[in-house]
Amino acid sequence: MLHLALFSIFGAICVAGAVNLLVQRHPINSALSLIAVMASLAVEYLLLGAEFVAAVQVIIYAGAIMVLFVFVIMLLNAGEEERTTGSRVAILFGIPGVLLGGVLVAWTLIQRSGTDEVALGALPGSPTTIGWLLFHDFLLPFEVTSLLILIAIMGAVVLAGKPEAETRQAGKGH
Amino acid sequence: MQSVESFVVISLIKSVIAVFVLLTAVAYSVWLERKVVGHIQNRWGPTRVGPFGLLQPLADGIKFLFKEDITPPHVYKTLYIAAPMLSVIFALTSISVIPIGNWVTIAGVHTPLQITDVNIALLIILGVTSMGVYGVALAGWSSNSKYSLLGGLRASAQMVSYEISLGLSLIGVLIMAGSFSLRDIVDSQSGVFWGFIPRWNIFHGQTVAFFVYLMSAFAETNRMPFDLPEAETELVAGYHTEYSAMKFAMFFMAEYANMITVACLATLLFLGGWHGPIWGPAWMQAILPVFWFLAKVFCFLFLYIWIRGTLPRFRYDQLMAFAWKFLFPLAVANLVITGLVVALRS
Repeated sequence: MLHLALFSIFGAICVAGAVNLLVQRHPINSALSLIAVMASLAVEYLLLGAEFVAAVQVIIYAGAIMVLFVFVIMLLNAGEEERTTGSRVAILFGIPGVLLGGVLVAWTLIQRSGTDEVALGALPGSPTTIGWLLFHDFLLPFEVTSLLILIAIMGAVVLAGKPEAETRQAGKGH
Repeated sequence: MQSVESFVVISLIKSVIAVFVLLTAVAYSVWLERKVVGHIQNRWGPTRVGPFGLLQPLADGIKFLFKEDITPPHVYKTLYIAAPMLSVIFALTSISVIPIGNWVTIAGVHTPLQITDVNIALLIILGVTSMGVYGVALAGWSSNSKYSLLGGLRASAQMVSYEISLGLSLIGVLIMAGSFSLRDIVDSQSGVFWGFIPRWNIFHGQTVAFFVYLMSAFAETNRMPFDLPEAETELVAGYHTEYSAMKFAMFFMAEYANMITVACLATLLFLGGWHGPIWGPAWMQAILPVFWFLAKVFCFLFLYIWIRGTLPRFRYDQLMAFAWKFLFPLAVANLVITGLVVALRS
């Protein structure tokens, strides 16, 4: 009972944060709403028995990635957004699309409700199980993913770094 | 099996005691710092209020409460007020999973000497401390002043960089203990080598990890020689330049509470927690583990203050180079070697 109540409360916070993220005009408020979404998602994971995933969610998403978001907003000193009156495309296709998607998701959930019910905490969630899955059963996909991320990082460095000749010239100038 | 009511009551009592003890410890570590740094600099430190200036923290607290609370007109108000609160909340939360001793039975209640014993305690502490940077970053941003902004930027860059080597230095200990539970980690360090060297992790293969942890922890808590975010010779007071009265005191409290958490963590992970020589009658055997734990934490805090009184500040490029080019590779090397040794032994 307490589980269900907490789960609903944090689910509501999560959705409210996500809506607030879109509504807010100042980027730092949007970033903070995203942190609230991440943190309440972590609580949802915890309530479902995935304690390790919950902790990692807080450490990596709320604690590291979002710090970088906030850092960039602070560094660029991003101001308030200007609000446009809304494009015709959004009204014509966006809103019906969202409604259709919502109906589809709800319909699927209602169709499947009652089947395959799993008790809270019955699925593997302990650090030991996750470690075993990552480094034994899914070792190859795991390593390939890490290689992909490494390539992405190197790409970002190449794109962001100044060309060597330009740097040299700048060095001579001063 | 205990009932829900007794669980709530016991948890509440423990939380109140823990917060009270922590805040008192915070107040007296400020006193200790002023006293020790005073003596290092050939001064007396606080002497006027009470014997040896012992009531100085109380006087400071009253002063902070009655000072005018100025809110500068150009600040971003909601976040300006929320930032010090966030700092204190995260600083006090991380103490909840730290055990200070073994299980005890008081008035028929068998309970561990910590608020809650969870099996991902270490991850919770890492998560909460990584959230703590928001207090500093938002304070710097919402103050709308260039010194504060620079302080906040420095703080977030520094804390994100040093958190990596901090986390990696702990993984060696985790591999040796095979658990995230702080209680299990302490239990894995009981016993002695050759009859006199304690089997603490610092003497048991994790010496390098301890020093990596030590330096990263100094940087995480923004202490000398890593106190660039509040470097007073360059940034006035860094991220808390625009804060006064109790809001400033909250940042101060958060900094010292974080220091204490870091000291507790070092004690639990590297210095054997509450293990130490135990003798005498039953009551002494019950108290001695807690005494050893507190004594080790005190030594660590003293080290903090000692270094503050000794070393000059880094330059910012040195700070970043130190994190990424020295501590990080060192922590990774330690991790790989520990993993290899443990794998070969098992």
